[in-house]
Amino acid sequence: MSLAHHLPALQVIVPLVSAPIAVLARRGVFAFAVATLASWSAFALAVLLWLQVQELGIQSYPIGSWSPPWGIEYRIDEFSAFMLVLVSMVAALVLPYARASIESEIPREKHYLFYAMFILCLTGLLGIVATGDAFNVFVFFEIAALSSYVLIALGRNRQALVAAYQYLIMGTIGATFFVIGVGLLYLMTGTLNLADIHGRIAEIGDSRPVLTALAFITVGLSLKLALFPLHQWLPNAYCHAPSAVSAFLAATATKVSIYVLVRFYFSVFGEYIVFGGLGLPELMLWLSLAAMFVASAAAVLQKDLKKLLAYSSVAQIGYITLGLSLDTVSGLTATIVHLFNHALTKGGMFMLVGAVVMVMGDSNMARMAGLSRTMPLTFLGIVLGGLSLIGVPGTAGFISKWTLIRAAIETGQLWLAFAIVMSSLIAVVYVWRFVEVAHFRAPEAETPARRKLPVSMLVPAWLMIAGSIYFGLDSSLTLGAANDAARVLMEGGR
Amino acid sequence: MSQFGNFSYLVTVFLMVSGLYVVIARNNLVKKLVGLSIFQTAVYLLYIAPGKLLGGTAPILGAGFETYSNPLPHVLILTAIVVGIATMALGLALVVRINESYGSIEEDEIIEAEEGAQ
Repeated sequence: MSLAHHLPALQVIVPLVSAPIAVLARRGVFAFAVATLASWSAFALAVLLWLQVQELGIQSYPIGSWSPPWGIEYRIDEFSAFMLVLVSMVAALVLPYARASIESEIPREKHYLFYAMFILCLTGLLGIVATGDAFNVFVFFEIAALSSYVLIALGRNRQALVAAYQYLIMGTIGATFFVIGVGLLYLMTGTLNLADIHGRIAEIGDSRPVLTALAFITVGLSLKLALFPLHQWLPNAYCHAPSAVSAFLAATATKVSIYVLVRFYFSVFGEYIVFGGLGLPELMLWLSLAAMFVASAAAVLQKDLKKLLAYSSVAQIGYITLGLSLDTVSGLTATIVHLFNHALTKGGMFMLVGAVVMVMGDSNMARMAGLSRTMPLTFLGIVLGGLSLIGVPGTAGFISKWTLIRAAIETGQLWLAFAIVMSSLIAVVYVWRFVEVAHFRAPEAETPARRKLPVSMLVPAWLMIAGSIYFGLDSSLTLGAANDAARVLMEGGR
Repeated sequence: MSQFGNFSYLVTVFLMVSGLYVVIARNNLVKKLVGLSIFQTAVYLLYIAPGKLLGGTAPILGAGFETYSNPLPHVLILTAIVVGIATMALGLALVVRINESYGSIEEDEIIEAEEGAQ
């Protein structure tokens, strides 16, 4: 067995082992080095794994050599490899940023714990994607969730504590719903291996416990991925968390939950149960539309820039689930490509806003008057990200929306394409609100003098923003990978 | 057997619903966590109860034993219990910190303090 064979396990184990090492390191600098090294190696492993899947097809890894379905299997296909690259890439970019960013937000003696929690959260998210075992998904969900509650509670204000508590209650209810669904599936099929469950559900068909399991899993995951109207925890959590945490969670946590939902719909239940006769696609379609309009409108009303971005995230999740509800290859392609594009855009924007918070002291928009003169580069980056949120041609957001609109027209629903364009106009309004305050309003008299921002913060943030422009100009890589993943999922779901 | 066949499911559903109700209806942050714990405990029962066969023994091969109970749910729930304890510990730690900074663990008073500050 060569090393290449062990990639799926190493992907999760490297960050998992690094977390306790970061705690033992005690000193902030060492913990930072360990965490950064772990996230970079996770990224390298994910890229290698992605190339391996491209070449050899699905990679199955029996943990402890217990062959599936008895043992836990790690199973990497096109979609999971794509998600592993996304999650580990965001972590590899956010960690170097975090070092300077948490300096002003978290007491120095707690830094090593921050890095340990961050890397543990990464472990959970990677594990959710890599595993092919239903109960293992739950365990990794809780690893990621518990560490993210801690990360959010590290925020500067006392509101962060309440936000973390609310997220803990909602997140635990979501995870428990999910595990009830898994339990019902286990009762019906006697197995926990996802591929094995799929085979046995095909035999027993859509009996009532299976449909109940589907309902529990859908509701539980919808809570986790903040599908409207189950998004109440998200704006506060993203708003009050430390900037680096907002950037990391906004780019990865909800996306991974969507991954699990798609995985269960297509690779476990099968398309004919989920989309046949239950009314689930219609429900999801209307909730997605509600998210696109209501959450965008709520974003317009926010006074706090971080909260505005958080509400915009809820709206963007609407586009992602809309593609899923169409139940076509192109719809699913739009979902997957928007997962990636939105992660880049929102991650980069939260990082730049974190830089603004560092200089201004808080993220209240009223205090950002004249930002285009005091921090021109940061202002430009946020505007470019905003353009991608709107979906202006030449940005990654345009590729997502274009794919989504094409998928809507393909199913013959012209009004849906119209609705997508209309909701993008609301995004114009909330991005404009920021531009208006930051560019056209005169700066306050006692605006802090121009401060040089650390390079370690600007470079990762700009890499994300540049990525969201690059993948808008040349979408062959992302769109191709998304299309491959969608095709494999659809074929598996039949 | 017949009318008691679904007994464990009835208990499970009762615990599940009452736990969830406590989470939603109570105003006190600690009581909410207690409700959450009851909710999670109901799931333990959902997994473990069907794994037991009447007259079944532990799955160790031996002369004279032919029916075995399923051991897997116990292992799964052992993990779920650990997760539940971690959640409870973290939740209570957060409540302690909230109490330190707000001087209250009643949700409405905390919301009031938040709105008063703005």
